[in-house]
Amino acid sequence: MEPTDRKYTKGHEWAKLDEGLAVVGITNYAQEQLGDIVYVELPQLGDALETSHAFGLIESVKAASDLFAPVSGEVVAINEDLVDRPELVNEDPYEGGWMVKVQPEDEGEIEVLMTAEEYAAYLQTLE
Amino acid sequence: MSSYIPNTDADRARMLEALGSDSVDQLFEVIPAEKRFPALKLPGPLSEMEVKTLLRGLSEKNADLDHHPCFLGAGAYHHFVPSVVDHIIGRGEFYTAYTPYQAEASQGTLISIYEFQSMVCALMGMDVANASMYDGATALAEAGLMAARATRRYKLIVASTLNPGYRRVLRTYTQGIRMEIHDLRRDDDGRVDAVQAEELIDGETAAVVVQQPNFLGCLEDLAPLSELAHQRGALLVVCVDPISLGLLKPPGELGADIAVGEGQSLGNPPSYGGPYVGLFACRQQYVRQMPGRLVGMTTDAEGRRGFVLTLQPREQHIRREKATSNICTNEALVALAAATYLAAMGKAGLHQVAELCYHKAHYAAREIEGLPGYERVLGDFFKEFVIRTPVPPAEVNKRLWERGIIGAYPLAADYPELTDCLLFCVTEMNSREQIDQLVGALRGIGR
Amino acid sequence: MEPLLIELSSPGRVGFSLPSLDVPESELPNDLVRDDLTLPELSEREVVQHFTRLSQLNFSVDTGFYPLGSCTMKYNPKLNEDVARHPGFAQIHPRQDQSTVQGALQLMSELQEYLAEITGLPAVSLQPLAGAHGELTGMLVIRAYHLNRGDDDRHTVLVPDSAHGTNPATATMCGYEVITVRSDHRGNIDVQELDRLMDHRVAGLMLTNPNTLGLYEEHILEVAEIVHRAGGLIYCDGANMNALLGIARPGELGADVLHLNLHKTFSAPHGGGGPGGGGTAVTEELRAFLPIPVVGRTAGGGSDGGAEYYLDYDRPLSIGPVSSFYGNFGVMVKAYAYLRSLGGHGLRTVSENAVLNANYLRQQLTGYFELPYDRPCMHECVFSGKAQARLGVHTLDMAKRLIDLGFHPPTVYFPLIVDEALMIEPTETESLETLDAFVAAMRQIAREAEDAPELVRDSPRTTPVGRLDEVGAARKPNLKWQA
Repeated sequence: MEPTDRKYTKGHEWAKLDEGLAVVGITNYAQEQLGDIVYVELPQLGDALETSHAFGLIESVKAASDLFAPVSGEVVAINEDLVDRPELVNEDPYEGGWMVKVQPEDEGEIEVLMTAEEYAAYLQTLE
Repeated sequence: MSSYIPNTDADRARMLEALGSDSVDQLFEVIPAEKRFPALKLPGPLSEMEVKTLLRGLSEKNADLDHHPCFLGAGAYHHFVPSVVDHIIGRGEFYTAYTPYQAEASQGTLISIYEFQSMVCALMGMDVANASMYDGATALAEAGLMAARATRRYKLIVASTLNPGYRRVLRTYTQGIRMEIHDLRRDDDGRVDAVQAEELIDGETAAVVVQQPNFLGCLEDLAPLSELAHQRGALLVVCVDPISLGLLKPPGELGADIAVGEGQSLGNPPSYGGPYVGLFACRQQYVRQMPGRLVGMTTDAEGRRGFVLTLQPREQHIRREKATSNICTNEALVALAAATYLAAMGKAGLHQVAELCYHKAHYAAREIEGLPGYERVLGDFFKEFVIRTPVPPAEVNKRLWERGIIGAYPLAADYPELTDCLLFCVTEMNSREQIDQLVGALRGIGR
Repeated sequence: MEPLLIELSSPGRVGFSLPSLDVPESELPNDLVRDDLTLPELSEREVVQHFTRLSQLNFSVDTGFYPLGSCTMKYNPKLNEDVARHPGFAQIHPRQDQSTVQGALQLMSELQEYLAEITGLPAVSLQPLAGAHGELTGMLVIRAYHLNRGDDDRHTVLVPDSAHGTNPATATMCGYEVITVRSDHRGNIDVQELDRLMDHRVAGLMLTNPNTLGLYEEHILEVAEIVHRAGGLIYCDGANMNALLGIARPGELGADVLHLNLHKTFSAPHGGGGPGGGGTAVTEELRAFLPIPVVGRTAGGGSDGGAEYYLDYDRPLSIGPVSSFYGNFGVMVKAYAYLRSLGGHGLRTVSENAVLNANYLRQQLTGYFELPYDRPCMHECVFSGKAQARLGVHTLDMAKRLIDLGFHPPTVYFPLIVDEALMIEPTETESLETLDAFVAAMRQIAREAEDAPELVRDSPRTTPVGRLDEVGAARKPNLKWQA
């Protein structure tokens, strides 16, 4: 079961509200599908994220996927550790592998995402 | 049956039997009958001996540089190629292999590419170089596209002293996408106009694109351009002649963010324009925006060193429509020739070639400008220089050819203001005797 | 394994010999002279030994069977290598006066004619330098054609899900948005979906025939009709032309543009990844848009004493040049020699034997590996390693095991629409004995997947290195030596 303190998208991103900021990362399922992650490209501080638009890129040896924003808002922090240790996304997708912190324009955008339970059910539908 | 096809009628009969087919034709029944088996109107087959004779005949209709002194450059150069180069690239293990996708069975190609990358970096003073682009022009065009990706800006400021052919290919490459291209004019010395550069380079500019030495042979002053570009958040793209780097400061030291160049002169004959090889290097921070293949060093499970294609998600076979470029096949064997050349020449050899070019070109320029009616125009140069001629350039070339000399490049088509000028190139292949012969011929023509 | 050049380097050694300066020295531009250049220093003998040893670490067509699907690894005739090295071809400068290179221009002009005859597309540019470069050229030609007609509303290109990655990448470089078209259950492009997607906003369809499954597009004429009716054009990826020489002309099957791979189909070698030759053929309607220059021939045939062949730059509708000069001339010489060696009928036997060899392998391996599309193939066949994957032996493992058994592996994991794909292209230049030996090896691996999966998973064992750490290579890229 995924952590219940956050919400999930069908694109396998998660968003968690933490002291007014939205912390964003990818799910355990996503990192398993990608395999060993070798590179994470993140936006710059101050960039504006737009819901459902690509904000970054994640690469394994044989694949690359866009990262889609679960929420709109300004980037106020990025996880610098991923520059040297992209494997953190594999090892600890929900804590050490977080990607960006966003000042959300509308927290309601997160509210409407899937709960951990709904996301688990959604994963079931993917075989 | 051709000597390239081993199977006999008996072999084919056995295979057809296994397939349960009566004839080979049956395998093609899926093709509509009216479209099947067109009779090709091509010349009939020839034996090996006949093809050799035919091709020798065609080749002998061309005037080649083994038999004629040549003073042409302008993007393709006649330099010395040591015998070792052709023997190495003539090894079947190299030239009949494919792209090294199966690393364990391709370490030879992979190591040679890694060495090529390393030596291109050393030559250019850059952090990373790729496994090659098609040629100088396409390397330059891809550098323009890469600068736009890296800066997310869509304006290129391109020196008019950049090879005009390269400028045209850049326009071809960008005609379908968002890109503004502005020409940056030259000053009276044949170098980029610093005043106009100041006006044109702005906060929307992705890159300033220049050539060193430039198309007119002149040595650009890159430091102020680099400063200006970087101040305004733009990249500096520098196109170089790799031979000049045996002597001259590398682009990396002069502020280039992306350095490209035509690598033909490193161990490859002029071959009527191809195959050549595009050199492509950049600063470390832009490596994931690079087009083309990269080889990296790694280890196997037992800790043995080995080499693999790496950072492949940038490439078309993985990222498809989001790839950094569509390039797949590049110029591996030409790059191998360049690597072999650089290994054989080493630092001393390349330096000596560059110095020979420099001194011989300056000797030739001095001798020619000493002739009545001839004038050298524009500023300091490396191995190419511009001469204003007393009779029309086409006439000069025609009369040089009457003496068996392949003349120089007329600038009229690309630079209307230099209509009465020729671009001469002198390399280590031109002996003093040849240069003196040229000067003597020019004296006669000018009279 | 062989050390790197930089590790073999020893200060003061030289591997060259140059003439001494025979003119007075001039003053150097001292502020522009570099301080240091760190290139290796080796004797000539060491350079030769190093690269010869490297060559011996390679698998190659000259040393063994190389059934790499989609790559047409046929034998590269030695004659071609010899003739391309004639000084009259290798030692001519691209800026020479055209009257002094008539032999080169004649060769190019005739090669253009031959390729037009083979493809059924009358106008040819030899300028593109590789297959993907021909694609770029072709798609820019299509774009220019639409714009020239004032048709500026076409912003998308259709690409089948089985296509080479270069197709969508090329469409993007030309500014098009890519829409993927599904394949149907027989491995053809899904005609109904195509019909639904095709409209006035689509510039064209990029199609490979035979497609990357090695299958002939059964509805090609209907596909062409749908695309053309809506005003679109068909770009045909000629990577698989080795199946169709003298068998069918793409131009008669509806293609408007086709690139050829001189380095695959026409026997020029791959060189470890180039140089290639991506000559591109188009319909009469598209001729005006080809890159400048093309090689022309004067009507008078040079009888007035003037040059017969010339470089034609006077083409105002051209997309412009796509490369520095006129194409990979050295590669053209090899393709030309090949065509003259074979002649028209010889070409047909090439494709007949290529297709027969592929079908023989298909038949011999059926039952050992899953065949996702069970119908006669053209020049290559695509199996799936799914059954073996269920036993924990993946296609990659089998590929590596093949290396131990003395064969180059097929193309793996492509096309993307086949799980655990194994794409096998034997070409026409392999003997029945070689094919049988390969079949025996593949059957052995299928058995081993069941009986000795570890053996397959732990291969290769006979190579200078084992499987390499690609993750480490990508996380901390080491892309050059530290001098």
